[in-house]
Amino acid sequence: MRQKHLELLVGAFVALGLAAFLLLALKVSDIAHIGEDQGYRVTARFENIGGLKIRAPVTLGGVRIGRVVGINLDPNTFEALVTLSIEPQYDRLPSDSSASILTAGLLGEQYIGLEPGGMDDFLKNGGSLKLTQSALVLEKLIGRMFTNAAQGEAPAKTP
Amino acid sequence: MTGPLERLGRWALERLTALGRANLFLLRLLGALGFLLRRPGLLVKQLYAVGVLSLPIILVSGLFVGMVLGLQGYANLVYFGATSSLGTVVALSLVRELGPVLTALLYAGRAGSALTAEIGLMKATEQLASMQMMAVDPFARVLAPRFLAGFVAVPLLTAIFTAVGILGGYLVAVVQLGVDGGAFWAQMQARVLLWEDIGNGVIVKSVVFALLANWIALFEGYEAHPTSEGVSLATTQTVVVTSLAVLGGDFLLTALMFGVW
Repeated sequence: MRQKHLELLVGAFVALGLAAFLLLALKVSDIAHIGEDQGYRVTARFENIGGLKIRAPVTLGGVRIGRVVGINLDPNTFEALVTLSIEPQYDRLPSDSSASILTAGLLGEQYIGLEPGGMDDFLKNGGSLKLTQSALVLEKLIGRMFTNAAQGEAPAKTP
Repeated sequence: MTGPLERLGRWALERLTALGRANLFLLRLLGALGFLLRRPGLLVKQLYAVGVLSLPIILVSGLFVGMVLGLQGYANLVYFGATSSLGTVVALSLVRELGPVLTALLYAGRAGSALTAEIGLMKATEQLASMQMMAVDPFARVLAPRFLAGFVAVPLLTAIFTAVGILGGYLVAVVQLGVDGGAFWAQMQARVLLWEDIGNGVIVKSVVFALLANWIALFEGYEAHPTSEGVSLATTQTVVVTSLAVLGGDFLLTALMFGVW
């Protein structure tokens, strides 16, 4: 009887440990996102995607409606080709919607914000977003600010 | 003139031979594991001693560590408006470092010291020697079941510690401090990778630490001077050496797994 009791407790311990592993794998890690993707695919071309990453959110009006599933470079036009997966319940997005790469907060991660257009037909699987706005690259902005400041100074000195 | 040099040489030779003996000890231990196939009951008894009885300390420490991480993470992330990434902070610190390391340290204190004292006393009271007299191999009958039980228990305890810690972080962050629960889990799932983080952190690290902790504990007990002083010294040695080995080993593993060269 004593041995039985012991075996029961050890069995419970091992089961608890395995349950903890399962919890870590299913609830904590990214396994839920592997194969979960059922949305329809839309592509968008950007001149510069900044720090956009795969799995970044796609939002419309601040609501998350999908995510980025692929980032490639078009070898002919040298534009970034971003593939978005949009959840199937949002299948009534106008086909002339525009996409821009935005940043959550000053230091936050980058995501894609969609602006709905006014057309009557909707985006479909394999469709593409024509109107896009690239990411704001902070270094370029600062660089431009410096050149502007330098140009502003130069004429002031000559007279 | 030669006094200090001689002592240094003796010390170095002693360390080296101890290392050699420890390796031979491990080889004999691994060789004796096959015996457990015939007597699995021995393993169950030891799993109870090192695993089940370590559960309370692991559960309570894991919960508190997770809650502290939640509090501290919140207190600092709130300045950047980034409290939604609290889940990532709590999960990554637990999965990669704190879970395996703290579990191994707690295990060394809770179970490793007990193993050393038990084996040391068996040696001091000549139980091991009398077993050999009766043609019972103490490696197979006494040491191997304890080693394998510890080797199985530490990874399981690590998983439990980590899971409970994340739940503790959830309790503080979401239930008490009002971080959005969806963001807590979603950010965590977006950043914690199954093989790179959980596989490397919880599984690989805990298996390495399980080997170190049990090997050191059993070896120190087996090598203890057969006196009450010797056993007490060996028990202390176990905790000290295991802690150093785990922390040093953790640095090496982290550098190998997550280091950027």
